[in-house]
Amino acid sequence: MADVTFTVDGKKLTAPAGTLLIEACRKAGIEIPAFCYYPGLSLQAACRMCVVRQEKVPKLQTACTTPVAEGQVFITESAEIAQARKSTIELLLGNHPLDCPVCDAGGECELQDMTFKYGAGESLYTEAKQHREEQQWSPAVFYDRPRCILCYRCVRMCGEGMDVWALGIQNRGARAVIAPNGGDQLDCEQCGMCIDVCPVGALTSGSYRYKTRPWEMNHVSTVCTHCADGCKVTLGVRQSNDGSTIIRADNRDKSGINGDFLCAKGRFGFDFVESGDRLTKPLVRDAQGKLESATWEHALRFAAARLKEIRDAKGGSSIGIIGSNTTTNEENYLLQKIARTVLGTNNIDHVRTADYATFSRALAGKASRTVGLRGIAEAPAILLVGSNPTDEHPLLAWELRADVRLNRARLYIANTAEIKLERQARAALRVPPAGYTQLTGYLAGGKSSISDTTFRDALLAEESLVVVIGPELSGATLQSLIEWGLGREHVKFALLGDFANSRGAADMGLSPDLLPGYVPVTAPGDYAAEYPNLPRAPGKSLPEMLSSKLGALLVVGADPVAQQNVAPDVLKSTFVIVQDLFLTETAAIADVVFPSASLYEKTGTVTNTYGDLQLAKKAADHAGVKTDFEILVRLADALGADINKLVPFGKSSVTADLGQSRGAQAGEADRHAVWLAAQGLEPKLSPFDPIAVLDEIERLVPGYKLDRLNLFCGNDVATEPGFVPVSALTATATIEPAHDGLFTSGLLSRYSPALKDLEKHQSAVPAVAVAD
Amino acid sequence: MPKLVSHPDEVKIVSKRFGQGAANIDKYVELGGYDSAKKCLAQGPDWIINEMKASNLRGRGGAGFPTGMKWSFVPKQSAKPKYVLVNGDESEPGTCKDHLIFLHDPHSVIEGTIIAGLAIGAKLGFIYLRGEYRYLLEIMEKAVADAYEKGFLGKNIFGSDTEFNIITQSGAGAYEVGEESALMESLEGKRGVPRIKPPFPAVVGLYGGPTVINNAETIATVPHVIAMGGEAFAAVGTPRNGGTRLFGLSGHIAKPGVYELPMGYNLKKMIYEVGGGVRGGRGLKAVVPGGSSTPVLLPEEIENIGMDFDQVGKAGSMLGSGGVVVIDDQTCIVEFALRTISFYQHESCGWCIPCREGTDWLKKALTRFHAGFGVAKDIDNIQYLAENMMGRTFCPLGDAAAMPTLGFVKKFRKEFEDHLNGKPCPYAKHADLAVV
Amino acid sequence: MTNETMSVFSTELSARFDKLVAKYPVRRSALVPMLLYAQDEVGYLSDAVIADVADRIGITELDVRNVATYYSMLRFKPAGKYNVQVCTNISCMLRGGYEIFEKFQDELGIGHKGVSTDGVFSLEEVECIGACCWAPAIQVNYDFHDDLTPEQVPGILEQYRAKAAQGGKNA
Repeated sequence: MADVTFTVDGKKLTAPAGTLLIEACRKAGIEIPAFCYYPGLSLQAACRMCVVRQEKVPKLQTACTTPVAEGQVFITESAEIAQARKSTIELLLGNHPLDCPVCDAGGECELQDMTFKYGAGESLYTEAKQHREEQQWSPAVFYDRPRCILCYRCVRMCGEGMDVWALGIQNRGARAVIAPNGGDQLDCEQCGMCIDVCPVGALTSGSYRYKTRPWEMNHVSTVCTHCADGCKVTLGVRQSNDGSTIIRADNRDKSGINGDFLCAKGRFGFDFVESGDRLTKPLVRDAQGKLESATWEHALRFAAARLKEIRDAKGGSSIGIIGSNTTTNEENYLLQKIARTVLGTNNIDHVRTADYATFSRALAGKASRTVGLRGIAEAPAILLVGSNPTDEHPLLAWELRADVRLNRARLYIANTAEIKLERQARAALRVPPAGYTQLTGYLAGGKSSISDTTFRDALLAEESLVVVIGPELSGATLQSLIEWGLGREHVKFALLGDFANSRGAADMGLSPDLLPGYVPVTAPGDYAAEYPNLPRAPGKSLPEMLSSKLGALLVVGADPVAQQNVAPDVLKSTFVIVQDLFLTETAAIADVVFPSASLYEKTGTVTNTYGDLQLAKKAADHAGVKTDFEILVRLADALGADINKLVPFGKSSVTADLGQSRGAQAGEADRHAVWLAAQGLEPKLSPFDPIAVLDEIERLVPGYKLDRLNLFCGNDVATEPGFVPVSALTATATIEPAHDGLFTSGLLSRYSPALKDLEKHQSAVPAVAVAD
Repeated sequence: MPKLVSHPDEVKIVSKRFGQGAANIDKYVELGGYDSAKKCLAQGPDWIINEMKASNLRGRGGAGFPTGMKWSFVPKQSAKPKYVLVNGDESEPGTCKDHLIFLHDPHSVIEGTIIAGLAIGAKLGFIYLRGEYRYLLEIMEKAVADAYEKGFLGKNIFGSDTEFNIITQSGAGAYEVGEESALMESLEGKRGVPRIKPPFPAVVGLYGGPTVINNAETIATVPHVIAMGGEAFAAVGTPRNGGTRLFGLSGHIAKPGVYELPMGYNLKKMIYEVGGGVRGGRGLKAVVPGGSSTPVLLPEEIENIGMDFDQVGKAGSMLGSGGVVVIDDQTCIVEFALRTISFYQHESCGWCIPCREGTDWLKKALTRFHAGFGVAKDIDNIQYLAENMMGRTFCPLGDAAAMPTLGFVKKFRKEFEDHLNGKPCPYAKHADLAVV
Repeated sequence: MTNETMSVFSTELSARFDKLVAKYPVRRSALVPMLLYAQDEVGYLSDAVIADVADRIGITELDVRNVATYYSMLRFKPAGKYNVQVCTNISCMLRGGYEIFEKFQDELGIGHKGVSTDGVFSLEEVECIGACCWAPAIQVNYDFHDDLTPEQVPGILEQYRAKAAQGGKNA
């Protein structure tokens, strides 16, 4: 729409015609208060807080429903307007309990803020407040009815935003209340979005309520550790006896790719961090065959000595390394660098939840053919193949719904089973079981067993298309679909995998045949000079490692024994080292176990499944644990590696201070690092600082030419698989999608009481029929 | 059975078939019924709208918007179907005129709906009656069925190739549904919460299609306007206030009833001559001129008021729905104000804060005040509350509650003060009003 | 609901609902009248009624409840066979509406929203019922009785008591 000029409080403003006045003002820095208005949700004009005076209009107008037009003149603050807002607040406060000192929202309450601004200090009423008992709707959601000001944000968020429609408005007038769909229970996705949008303390979180005051927390914006969508999550952290404790997770920082959104896992599933099952001391198997606590020094020395012995006796090929889907890029990079340059092996792999290798090879040399999540969120047309994002990629599902709702995007779904997102789809194609192999042929117009041509016709009529591909498509099927799309103009791709950094694990070369950036070990290019002693033959894949009686196995943040159903005695003769948060099944049979930090306890970058790179920031401390990065550096040091070559930290003249420790007894360099971090500068003074490795990643890894300044301001930055060398090879790999649901998260959810409670709650409430 | 009344000053246009068995379709036709619809079918939409404009017929629901102009706002071309919606959710306290129309002359509503449909190019009309009017709904349903049988409704109305259908609809108890956009919501099976305007119903209405919504009395008047000719109808009333109107006299009036009088008829005369004065020869304390939402008038204020939209407006009140409620000098105005606000508190849909909370606090304050627990500051607070609702609510219900309250407090402040200091209500009858 | 035996409604009402939902441009338009007709037959909107109506319209039970709780004629607990609704709004109040209401309370021994022990009557104080010019007025179920005096109250009750004894359906 063409721009129009109008006047607000004497200032000339310009905005596209039809922009809502409240939005136009907010963009110009003029804040108009509102309870019911919420960007992206339907308009209500119910709270009457956003009233403004429009020239030549007799009544005050609501800014949330006034589209701007040429020449209009508005006043947004005046005695008359302040009085209108004040009296509205007075009316609310008549019934609203003044339990602010104990209310969860106290200090973060929009009603408090507006009372502060507009007054309403005098109580006009002598009648008692209308009290109603608080209700618990689910383990996650509590409703304190007297506090509710009926702004209907929760109702709309649940319905329009989430397409769940679990909240309603019942009764009328002063008796009106918000009501859940299951009588007094909430049968829904338990995303907690209703709590998040509540402007007051009416909806409170089961995990956070009455735990603390908001100002007692530090708020750290980092990246969620659960699924591969990579939501920015704000962790509220408070000092505690054993470091610092995460009290709350929400998305008060709305600058992330997820904007307003956070799902149940992101919001409630942080509590695994505080699990009593966390390992806090290294364990070493003693002479009796029992795992016993040991000092870090002993455990490191012992592990390194055995590794060295095996490497020197049987060669690097007798050692295997299994990496993680939730560790950072820097850790993954370092892990494979240690494997290839210190241990001398290409036997390195991870549980592959999507065929990123094929994806990257298919796109090698084709720049600008992938799309990050922000791109998907505003794409005019999307083809979704082989995935159920509602359960497995909640943020993607949210963005697709919003794109359809707000941008009139056209969503096409090709799937073997019916999925909920079909409610938003313009067309849905039912693919026969195991029929994704036929999809390319169908789309290309060739013969296939799929007969629905209207779907294809509508799809092909689209000028541009984003193809979001589920993990069910891999190898040749994936390759052929991408080739079909590359044959058309304006088609871009995204591939869906699982876990916070599966994409990063693949990108960082946790593969027996591929170096970071999908550079083949057989044609290492620049790596040849950088990685002395790099073995030139592909190593063993994860299944091969588990079946070939290796001399030693280093497992970082993975549980192959549980995940791959390995018979315990298979690893009997293998020296197993495990770095993990918990005593997993693999850790239980290991010879040395190092307690590691979770993603919420470390800094580094992670790459979501769409290739968006983000900076995870250390939020909490857990006494006794170390980051995988530090453990690896110390292990390499104990192995006698040249740390300066491994981690390009500091200036060349600075030597490693391996004696320093983190946490409460932080050394000089560490304190300096704190100052640097606070100034938004990159420290890199310590060999334990992963940012030093990020330098090397940026320098060596194709596709990771980063918008670094942007990354360090907390934004997501794009990676580019198009820079992958066209020579990239991939061996056929086993792809094992996790198929985690809304309340499961690989190895972590079993240690999250909150997620277990939610799952139990949802399996107990009777399924409510989905509305047409 | 509601009693029919009459007075020589009446000009019976809308009520002329009352009491003559016109609910029977043959009788209605015999009395000239459906001739107007046939005439409109022959003359076409532009002619109809011009007649309506010339008639100066203004909406009988209360807002008094010119009917012809309302119809002319409907776009001629529309991708979505257009609709006529007849508002028979008659719920304004003091108002029972539509009750009689549905009872005695249901076909006039059908005929008016057909004409409105012809004027705007709609093929479907809805007649929505409040849920309490079940027996009237049954009369309407029978009348609609009879009209279909005669071929006055259906695929080819009156043998033409024009199609028009009518669906009758029942509400289930909600004053707010009388607001036109809330009415559409209710008809779409939703909570009766008004819609944001614009868009106005004439452009985006029922099911998203252009919709004309008229009060039942307005619609029942339409065939008569066509029969008389717009100008002749206009000539009956005052300038810009065409024709007659069904005035309901209720409360402390000697001869209560629904009287059809020309627009602009003097209010004092209406009470003292038509209605026979205050019941039992008592003195007049106040008059609510147009249903409970209109500000009260004092005896000295009714001397020279002609009952049309403009004159009552000028006197600081509103003609509203034409429900004239007469209050005698033995009545407690505080109690009357409380009963009025109790109604709005009960009927507020709760959507917006000023109405939901404002009506509730007004009711609480007035309840306590009338019970003798008021303090001097309460009077100002009540006025302050009402003033801060005025013009600030999502729909007119907030104003409908605030306006009369302001009238009572401002014009009867003394009577409020008489309730102070624990004094019992000077007119005590119902020390504790049951709380609805 | 295709299987009639599954329905909480009589065959006649089920058939009527089948027609009703098909009558409008949008199925959901049938919701408000359907709830009222369902209440007329079942006596109140039980959980089963709400589930059945939701199913017929094709919306969630929550949606039905959101709408149903808005309308004041709809109730979620059983009322008496004859629900006496006394208008006390302004026009009726001025002509003795409260005296009528009090008389009913005395006669029935129940208050607002009460149900007589024999289940024959329930009593409600209601807002304006559109009979202002014939005040004071009441409705017993859907029957209007207007221009009342308290003295007429026992006779009205007797009339319905007799009907109830005959096993007559809704008046």
